[in-house]
Amino acid sequence: MTRKRRRLWLLLLCGLGLGSATALTLTAFQDNLVFFRSPSDIAQAAPTPDRAFRLGGLVEAGSVARETAADGRPAARFRVTDGAHAVSVTYTGVLPDLFREGQGVVTLGKLGPDGVFRASEVLARHDETYMPPEVADALKRSGHWNPAEGAAPPAASWNTLEPERSRPRNGS
Amino acid sequence: MIPELGHFVLALALALSLAQAAVGFIGAQRAEARLMAAAGPLAAGVLVAVGLAFGCLMWSYVVNDTTVANVVQNSHSAKPLLYKISGTWGNHEGSMVLWVLILALCGGAVAGFGGNLPSALQARVLAVLALVGAGFLGFILATSNPFDRVWPPPVDGQGLNPILQDPGLAFHPPLLYLGYVGFAVTYAFAVAALIEGRVDAAWGRWVRPWALAAWSLLTLGIALGSWWAYYELGWGGYWFWDPVENASLLPWLAGCALLHSAIVVEKREALKTWTVFLALLAFGMSLLGTFLVRSGVLNSVHAFANDPERGVVILALLAAFIGGGFALFAWRAASMTPTGIFAPLSREGALVMNNLLLCSIAAVVLVGTLYPMFADLLLSEKISVGPPFFNTATLPLAAPLIGAMAVGPLLPWKRARLFPAIQRLWWVALGALAAFLLCLALSGARIGPALGFAAAVWLIAGAAADIADRTALFSRPRAAWGRAKGLPRAAWGAAVGHAGLGVTVLGLAGMGIATDMLAALKPGETTRLAGYEFRLDAVRDVTGPNWTARRATVEIRRDGALVTVLEPDRRTFPVGRMTTTEAAIHTTVLSDLYVVLGEERDGAAILRLHHNPLAPWIWTGAAIMALGGGLSLSDRRMRVAAPAAKLAAPGMGKAAQA
Repeated sequence: MTRKRRRLWLLLLCGLGLGSATALTLTAFQDNLVFFRSPSDIAQAAPTPDRAFRLGGLVEAGSVARETAADGRPAARFRVTDGAHAVSVTYTGVLPDLFREGQGVVTLGKLGPDGVFRASEVLARHDETYMPPEVADALKRSGHWNPAEGAAPPAASWNTLEPERSRPRNGS
Repeated sequence: MIPELGHFVLALALALSLAQAAVGFIGAQRAEARLMAAAGPLAAGVLVAVGLAFGCLMWSYVVNDTTVANVVQNSHSAKPLLYKISGTWGNHEGSMVLWVLILALCGGAVAGFGGNLPSALQARVLAVLALVGAGFLGFILATSNPFDRVWPPPVDGQGLNPILQDPGLAFHPPLLYLGYVGFAVTYAFAVAALIEGRVDAAWGRWVRPWALAAWSLLTLGIALGSWWAYYELGWGGYWFWDPVENASLLPWLAGCALLHSAIVVEKREALKTWTVFLALLAFGMSLLGTFLVRSGVLNSVHAFANDPERGVVILALLAAFIGGGFALFAWRAASMTPTGIFAPLSREGALVMNNLLLCSIAAVVLVGTLYPMFADLLLSEKISVGPPFFNTATLPLAAPLIGAMAVGPLLPWKRARLFPAIQRLWWVALGALAAFLLCLALSGARIGPALGFAAAVWLIAGAAADIADRTALFSRPRAAWGRAKGLPRAAWGAAVGHAGLGVTVLGLAGMGIATDMLAALKPGETTRLAGYEFRLDAVRDVTGPNWTARRATVEIRRDGALVTVLEPDRRTFPVGRMTTTEAAIHTTVLSDLYVVLGEERDGAAILRLHHNPLAPWIWTGAAIMALGGGLSLSDRRMRVAAPAAKLAAPGMGKAAQA
């Protein structure tokens, strides 16, 4: 085999590898990109019921109702707000340790045709002073930084809003 | 006083590194033996200085010196000693010092054991390592001094994030860093080779052990992190495709490709430019990982500080080292002509395919990891890319890789025919098919796990077939033992490493058929999962050294016989005002029973119960892979000096020994 033909082979293989990687990435992107939506975004244009997305905001004070689902599993019903608008959320499963009223939360799920968000995952971080950056951003955009009547998160913890005041505190 | 000493020796290390870089580059350029010989002792000096600085920082943590800002922010007097020590690297500043310490160790090792290298190559390698070290030392001194004082000193520190107070995680960062920084050495070798315009078998013989060692340690570090996520985070998962996890997976993939292509350079003197490229890429991925984790662009337990200045400096270092490396590559790579010629179907061809697929997987993971960041910057759209993306995009690439893994080692170098390899693998393929059908029949037509089991059998039996073929176990069984003893350790290492991946895949497939449930139980009530009966006995209060907890006692029975009693907790740490869940795990070799205590309401405790078949095998497999790397490293050929190197530098190499 000549050097030229070998080079051709290598180029062909590299093209194949790169091509398949690109094709796979693009197809996977098409179905699996998860967008972030705030309650105001949903009020403007509701996403289709078949597409999963992440909904974030503050847990509205006084909206959390813990119940038991038909199959005996624990469930919860609460409202996520960014001040301007709020969305009702249902979730079956154990809520995270730091799920509190008035605190930032990010949920993953689909919006039902009835306008109720069915969450399959509820994310709240292991740190009480943590504010998900998407939530902080959504609150900033809606112009209401503290819509909940409950205890507002201390300003120092809004790390994306006031970077110079937020001190790093946790570890590796 | 001690912190000031630490600060001073850190600055001293920077000065020594700069001197080492200058001496190495200039000495090698002008072929001045005395200058080149000075690089080794300077590397030893850097090692001593950084080691001393690290010791000073550790001392501050152990005595809980609250005048040091770093200790105040990350430690507390009530913390157990192990976590005071691991707290040294459980924060941004300390972990960067550890990074530099490991780099200094690598430099010391190249100086100490590199006596058989051509002295110009050794001097240049040391110079490049010193330059990398100087970059990071400058970064530490300029933006993240670990020895900053606070006055007046607070009464006590603020504590370490409780989920990090764990023995598994105490050793996860050092192992991971050993892997990351090990690739700095292969990077230095690649840059030195580009400057010299020469890559030969001797170079491959030096790069391969470093790539192997770095890869093995990185494997262990990743496995430890994944294991920690499994038992500590309490979600029952082992890999979440989190950007921080991907940051460690990327250099692992690139390093895996590098150590395979280095074999081809060493044995056949082919794929030289490609190997140099991979060496640059592997370290680039390590630096990218450091950037992602340290700069605060990601939000996770790893993101210590959202300090833009630090991110910019690390990004600048990344751009300088990687941009510089690739610019040099573009300029000089053409001068390296390949000598070994091979047919597409050959051992080399199989290794090329391995490299191609590993790099494709790395590219997919890289795009998935960075895309949300770019989407946020350029399109101001908040997007997340989750496990479904990574699973759909990487599995089709992993499948041919696994398929080729069993065939490749059976192909001869240069030119091969497929038929003899198939002849030796038919029983392996049959075994894989049997595993596939058996799993389909037992688990009820679930294709994913069944394919996983088939892949695992294919890999493990394929490794066995490789060894059987090399020892001629079937054709001449009498002589097999003798041949097995005479087989090079590298061959054993390769088989063990491949089988290790098979064991990991077996664990992953087992997790594919895992079952879990949520149950709200009052004391005395029972529920059933996977043939086990779980009974909640009681929930009580417990007090630990720096936490208080609610602890449940759960009795697990099978067919009336007591299997085990598990005690999951929910801990509250008053110092950090945090709550963590401690999962309780009962492990047998074949499966894990995993119980997490959730909230309590109306006198009932909510328990999450998992039955995870074969879960421990995921990390056992990783340990076996690392063992394979270690076996390969202990091969005699790795330690014997390359003859070409000795001819090139008689005596000079010895003089360079520190």
